[in-house]
Amino acid sequence: MTHHELRGASAVVGVGLAGCGEAPGRTAMELIGSAAWNAVTDAGLKMTDIDGVFGVSAVHGMPSVTISEYLGIKPSYSDGSMIGGSSNVAHILQATMAIRAGLCSTALVIYGSNQKSASGKLVSSAAEFNPYEQPYKPRFPITAYALAAARHMHQFGTTRQQLAEVAVAARGWANLNPEAYMHGPLSIDDVLNARMVCDPFGLFDCCLVTDGAGALVVVGRDRAKDFPKKPVYFLGGGMAHWHRSIMQMPDITVTAASESGPRAFEMAGMEPADIDVLELYDAFTINTILFLEDLGFCPKGEGGRFVEGGRIAPGGSLPVNTNGGGLSCVHPGMYGTFILVEAIRQLRGEAGDRQAKGAETAIVHGNGGVLSSQVTSIFGTEATL
Amino acid sequence: MTLEDRGPGPDAIYREELLAGRFTVQTCGDCGQSSFPPRVFCKHCGSAALTRVEASGDGVVYSTSAVRNRPDKGGDHNIALVDLAEGVRLLTRVDGAGPTEVPIGARVKARIVGGDVPHVVFDLVKE
Ligand SMILES: [Zn+2]
Repeated sequence: MTHHELRGASAVVGVGLAGCGEAPGRTAMELIGSAAWNAVTDAGLKMTDIDGVFGVSAVHGMPSVTISEYLGIKPSYSDGSMIGGSSNVAHILQATMAIRAGLCSTALVIYGSNQKSASGKLVSSAAEFNPYEQPYKPRFPITAYALAAARHMHQFGTTRQQLAEVAVAARGWANLNPEAYMHGPLSIDDVLNARMVCDPFGLFDCCLVTDGAGALVVVGRDRAKDFPKKPVYFLGGGMAHWHRSIMQMPDITVTAASESGPRAFEMAGMEPADIDVLELYDAFTINTILFLEDLGFCPKGEGGRFVEGGRIAPGGSLPVNTNGGGLSCVHPGMYGTFILVEAIRQLRGEAGDRQAKGAETAIVHGNGGVLSSQVTSIFGTEATL
Repeated sequence: MTLEDRGPGPDAIYREELLAGRFTVQTCGDCGQSSFPPRVFCKHCGSAALTRVEASGDGVVYSTSAVRNRPDKGGDHNIALVDLAEGVRLLTRVDGAGPTEVPIGARVKARIVGGDVPHVVFDLVKE
């Protein structure tokens, strides 16, 4: 097998979070600044060492420019590509390319929002006006995901109980994570009996709305061991998107993760059986089921049955969404950053009570819009190079 | 060769047709496939040979959801994705059916509503 030139070309050497859950009194940029400072400090660096900025925001039109100004960085390369909640997952791939091309050497990948404290509701690019949708009063993004769930149930016999398994597993992981926003028992019945939001979704089928910011420091492989923390290497990445509006999605039970995943696996020279821990963007319970299928962890249509019996919960055979997910840990509008940070912590062995034992490889799958942009990244420890 | 780029475009023409009581979709003179919403060239093959045809209005419910709202915010209502016989899919609603009374697979028929802001909804076809 010949290695793709980007396989192992970069490593994450610093991660930081700030304001996760509720951070009243803080602006979005203050949370972004704090996460950046925490990540740079984690890497043993100073902010002035950063020369690449890959930043995104739900409220800033020129995010990488605004963020760089606030952080006092004059980057030699920056990118603010906005593809929804998967943006920062894509930025890991883009930072790796920029570093490989010599355009920058020390990149910061970053996102943050104060939307819970500022507005109390999801601030999302998925809500942009579409005259062909608006007259029917959909509640986007929820309605689009609900339509996908309803079709999956119709076509494959997936049940609300199986969707609830995803929420219950996420809460199980959150209960092991002191930083998670939601704690406490959650049963299948609790999920089924909750207030309906957008059928077939009740309240607990839907992600949280929280504050929070996250950041990662990425460097080239040649420098990966020059920092205080154990480096986590980028092994593969892939992107795909087929639609922006849900009515343009060819088959709403099959996401473009079925292309981004194989692209990432091919670059990494791996297959699903090689992955120890999975961090999948769970904006809604159906997401986890769709991505387990589309990334190849189970056959299409089998995701509902696959998650039964606590398979993806703590103590199950496959650790999925180990921080508690967007459903129970944190979800400040665009969640991709937070699954990246969790994957790095798992591969460093820093995840405490929720640590996936002996994890050497992780897959991170980001989602944006209404099942629109799909970006997959695969990471590994030095042993996987 | 360049595309016509002045005067009412496909979107404006679609709305004028709706106001006149005609629901149209575009079909491609090269690949034969239909496009919706209207656009300046065929999304399937790139051809500029698009023509408007009046839609049959015959559709099948592809998926559905009930959007839940407090009574003071208008109450619950349905949303549906409908596959038209012409091969395009619309986000829409099914009138005359309750929020949770839109079966996937049901046959539906298009109707224009909305007065000055016309839009297409569907009714369940009595089997
Ligand atoms: Zn065509």
